[in-house]
Amino acid sequence: MTTGLIVCGALGREVSQLIQLHGWDAEIIGVPAIDHVFPERIAPHVEARIRALQDEYERLVVVFGDCGSRGALDELLARYPEIERIEGPHCYEMYAGDDFAALMEEEPGTFFLTDFMVRTFQGLILKSMGLDRYPELKDEYFRNYKRVVYLTQNDSPPYRQKAREIAAYLGLPLEIRPTGWGELENRIRIHFNTTPSALQGAQDADPVNKTHPE
Amino acid sequence: MNDEINIQELPTEEILELMQEDLYDGLADEIVAEVKELLKRGLAPYEILSDGLIAGMDAVGDDFRDGILFVPEVLMAAKAMKAGMEVLRPLLAETGVEKTGTVVLGTVKGDIHDIGKNLVGMMLEGAGFEVVDLGTNTSADDFLAAIKEHNAHILGMSALLTTTMTYMRVVIEALKEAGLRERVTVLVGGAPLNDAFAEDIEADAYCRDAAIAVETAKKYMQIRKAE
Ligand code: B12
Repeated sequence: MTTGLIVCGALGREVSQLIQLHGWDAEIIGVPAIDHVFPERIAPHVEARIRALQDEYERLVVVFGDCGSRGALDELLARYPEIERIEGPHCYEMYAGDDFAALMEEEPGTFFLTDFMVRTFQGLILKSMGLDRYPELKDEYFRNYKRVVYLTQNDSPPYRQKAREIAAYLGLPLEIRPTGWGELENRIRIHFNTTPSALQGAQDADPVNKTHPE
Repeated sequence: MNDEINIQELPTEEILELMQEDLYDGLADEIVAEVKELLKRGLAPYEILSDGLIAGMDAVGDDFRDGILFVPEVLMAAKAMKAGMEVLRPLLAETGVEKTGTVVLGTVKGDIHDIGKNLVGMMLEGAGFEVVDLGTNTSADDFLAAIKEHNAHILGMSALLTTTMTYMRVVIEALKEAGLRERVTVLVGGAPLNDAFAEDIEADAYCRDAAIAVETAKKYMQIRKAE
């Protein structure tokens, strides 16, 4: 029985890695990541996919946080009781787990990066904030920020380099935390009844002590 | 954009219209020049504020709500409005118009999103409210201290994160404990909130945008006066 995973575009690559790693019988159906800038579009877009796919898949799982949809996603899914959403408010919390709250408590002025953010910062992120058109807005957006914390999924030197460049552009210090897939993996896994991945364990033995101030 | 337009030659009505366009386009320098020109012509600061700046921001707010304008454009417009307000503020204070009411405003603890909150503050100020803006990452203690110090009628709290909006409940509980809840109207706003959440935490109202925030704040001030 193939499961259809309706996945936020910002998690697509990571979820597809997880499918391969675990050998889950699952297929990804994406929803544009740009919806994050317009969270009111998330629930309607997810619903359109549910309607289109309901007959095709015996089971559908929604891989999304609430993502500022004002609870609209959960209200929508209440109308489709057989369809579940993985837990969590947004992907930063999913990757960092309980550390997310600790990091925010420690420094409320934290701006988070993920592999997706690092990959798309120059295009999607800058454009969606209008910083390509109005570079002078950088200060309006980031005036209150004190640091950048990069939560890595596939930790690699090129990504680290990009993260450094972003932090330099923002004029903020960078910390790197290898989180791997964090809770994202666990919260999808419970829908497939598999054990935690060996690879994840190796990559991320002790995330708390792996902070690297740059 | 209106380099070629010499505002000195335009009738007052047209300058007010031009101000709305320039706000929409986020042109701060032009706005400042227009405000100054209208002051020179003897227009009351309050008129320039309501017929120029506020009218312009209302149009921006409508088009933002309808998905025609996006966050960066709103931010540019807000910057232009702020520049105009800076010229008008001291003059408005001089004219000594009676304040509509006093609002203590802030983004709650753990959250430093402030674009929406700043916009709400500016529009409330434009509507004649005294606004005490505590900034971002505001604790319950700070909210309470400011409410007491300024004898505030209204508390406005903003949160943009699902993880921080729950702190609003903490503030409302603290208000109750301090015996202040009956005295202040609590308005809340921000992307992840909705009416049901506001009701659940026992706020007085959730406001979807700045225009509704102003309307709601005025409504509650009227209710108070009637009491
Ligand atoms: C711009 C933005 C940012 C800017 C903030 C700049 C700044 N100075 O504020 C930047 C890029 C820095 C940023 C950072 C983060 N952000 Co952000 N951000 C947004 C975005 C795109 C727009 C928010 C905004 O400014 N809108 C424009 C204003 C005008 O609208 P508004 O805020 O809704 O305000 C209006 C109403 O809500 C209301 N209102 C607001 N406050 C109040 C208060 C009162 C009293 C009243 C009456 C009314 C009222 O009136 C306002 C005016 O009309 C939203 C998505 C969205 N579209 O909402 C995400 C969003 C809020 N962010 C989000 C996240 C996760 C983050 C980060 C954690 C991301 C990261 N990579 O680290 C950090 C936060 C870190 C921190 N320490 O707080 C998520 C929250 C998801 C969730 N479930 O909680 C959102 C929803 C994006 C998403 N879909 O994932 N963000």
